[in-house]
Amino acid sequence: MKERLRQLNRLEPLDPLFAMWRRLPHGLRGAVPAFVVIVLAATYPYYVSNLPTDVPVILQFPDVGAAVTIVVFVIMAVGLNIVVGYAGLLDLGYVAFYAIGAYTAGWLASGQFQQVKFHFGSVGISREQNGIHISVWLVLLCAAVLTAVGGILIGLPTLRLRGDYLAIVTLGFGEIIPQFVRNADSIKGFDLTHGTFGISPIDSPGFGGHLGSALGLPVSYAQSFDRERLFYWTALALLLIAVFCSLRLRESRLGRAWIAIREDETAAGAMGIPLMRTKTWAYAIGAFFGGMAGAYIASFNSGAFPSQFQFNISVFLLCMVILGGMGSLWGVVIGGTILAWLNVEGLANIGSWVNAHTPLNVEVAKYQFGIYGIIIVLMMLFRPVGLIPERRRKRELEEGTHDEPLYDHRQAGERL
Amino acid sequence: MVAFFGTRRPSGTSVLGIFFVLLLVAWLVVNLARTPADFFTVFLIGITTGSVYALIALGYTLVYGILQLINFAHGDVFALSGLFSSTIILSVLGLSETTSAPGIVGGLALALVIVVVFGAAVNTSIEFIAYRRLRQAPRLAVLITAVGMSFIVQNVSLAVFDVNFRSLPPLIPESNVFKIGSVTYQWNQLFAILATIPVLLLLTWLVKSTKQGKGMRAVSQDPDAAAIMGVNVNRTISFTFALAGALAGVAGLLYLIEFNIRYDTGFELGLIAFTAAVLGGIGNLGGAVLGAIIIGLIQAFNEGLGWAAPGSDWTRSIVFGLLIAILVFRPEGLLGERTPEGA
Repeated sequence: MKERLRQLNRLEPLDPLFAMWRRLPHGLRGAVPAFVVIVLAATYPYYVSNLPTDVPVILQFPDVGAAVTIVVFVIMAVGLNIVVGYAGLLDLGYVAFYAIGAYTAGWLASGQFQQVKFHFGSVGISREQNGIHISVWLVLLCAAVLTAVGGILIGLPTLRLRGDYLAIVTLGFGEIIPQFVRNADSIKGFDLTHGTFGISPIDSPGFGGHLGSALGLPVSYAQSFDRERLFYWTALALLLIAVFCSLRLRESRLGRAWIAIREDETAAGAMGIPLMRTKTWAYAIGAFFGGMAGAYIASFNSGAFPSQFQFNISVFLLCMVILGGMGSLWGVVIGGTILAWLNVEGLANIGSWVNAHTPLNVEVAKYQFGIYGIIIVLMMLFRPVGLIPERRRKRELEEGTHDEPLYDHRQAGERL
Repeated sequence: MVAFFGTRRPSGTSVLGIFFVLLLVAWLVVNLARTPADFFTVFLIGITTGSVYALIALGYTLVYGILQLINFAHGDVFALSGLFSSTIILSVLGLSETTSAPGIVGGLALALVIVVVFGAAVNTSIEFIAYRRLRQAPRLAVLITAVGMSFIVQNVSLAVFDVNFRSLPPLIPESNVFKIGSVTYQWNQLFAILATIPVLLLLTWLVKSTKQGKGMRAVSQDPDAAAIMGVNVNRTISFTFALAGALAGVAGLLYLIEFNIRYDTGFELGLIAFTAAVLGGIGNLGGAVLGAIIIGLIQAFNEGLGWAAPGSDWTRSIVFGLLIAILVFRPEGLLGERTPEGA
């Protein structure tokens, strides 16, 4: 104790701030950086215009509109992290959940179905317009729940399979659903998805006349001068909800069951964890956030188009999770932010900087998925734990788990 | 590993499975009765595409058999080899439809040898660069690496051969082998089958009768025991990848003769071929061929038949729907043995 005090005293004249930091309770110490990041992120729209626009390499910081897309992709990465990082189920078809969410928003908050006229809490839309127009807040919830149900439906037949078979089946669903939305423009003459044109426009969120005037909240995002800022703050709020749920789930009984399954499915089953139910929950909750994010970005883009839902997006999301560190929430948020930024404009900026300052002339945007491929392979070869590893996952990857090492061959013909 | 979900499948599942198969058979019979000529034409197309799929599917099955790894990059190696062979045939060898018959035969044979070596070299390097370092890693890590490699190879194709489709002029004459009624069969279609059969026989001989093939089977059963018995495990795995790559090379050339290829063709075809391998029972060579022929037929029937066929817009969905159905109803495939993945 005395020794420790002396150490503190020795540091104090050098760095009083550091000593204050050491005196903070442990829980608070973790919260301070998170708080700083949240404040920086929330005030971003205010200072972004003052940031320099001739930064070397990256040229400029993303504007608020680009930041919305970045945040929404991070929400999806957080959702995928539950499936891949926590439960250790490789999902190569996460884009299917994104698609279901986006199209749910398209169905419930647009003029897609001209045959009916149904308004419920919609804002900024004339009551005379045909189609289903439900309040976007409700639509977000509906989309999330519907996608979670979709996740369960996909999960039930496939989660009995393990490892690589599961990966390929999820990939299959990730291919079927976009093809379905592309082709389902005349099912017995009924236009469900408007084919390759997609559904557009989609309504915006807002608080309506009464709440708007009473609390000073925006009536409708679309009609506000601050449209992008409003969408940005709401996206940030959704991300915080996703992160909070993810953190709490990680510590819950369910979360611990996921990690047990990830580490050793056989032992987890022997300990009485209901494997199917637990894995299905991982799927459903992962899908929930994917659907919510999908519906939100459809509302932001005011459209859902089949070309958005490529296999590439699934791999891109997986790359976010891997770069940050599978299972490490903060890692995924940071890795996801970096990659989403690269995707939205970073790569293009870096490419034009490289082309301007070196004799090279590369179309970086053309090879973006090759670059993600390189990131994936390099991470897997040299730092499989990710940028910010989760302690437990790191141990698993270094010492190996009992579940499915590469050399776990069965004798030919051996029965289960 | 232990089976968690009971060793007996509920019989309802098998009844449902049989019901689906019967429905499929009924659909085929109705189509046969309505338009017999179309049916047989489409049937021949299906066999032809199926035999090219078989070559790709065998690559998946060989690698899966030895490493239990779905080599996602395999389809892209196929596309890269196909594009490479187009350059060899058109630019290096300068073949065209006006070249003399011996010139075409000799040129194609030479191109085949080159592309086989090329495919083998690419596939072996992928294994050497990426998978070899991950021998002790969890399988999830290797699988993710394979997805990454797939994107890298695809972008190499994009960088070298750009976004355009490549195809060959009709080197093999498009005259009929036979013509019965309105059912015709052309030489360029037969060529795919004629080239596939010797390759399959050679492969079977390699795996069943050579020392290296014995080593492959030993490593696939138990790598540690094989190593104790003096099998060089790493070399055997490299050999398997070379073999798979060579098959991808042959498939690339044959596919190019029949259709056209661009940098991302390999992704979709790879998935179709993988489905074929799973349908036949992954790890089983005969199964891969059988599965590929069935998938080729299903695709052709779907795109070519007149009555109640969903059409080419839905081919991908049907193939993946089939994949999911197999994994639900019969995860061990048609000829395969039950593996832990399909518990």
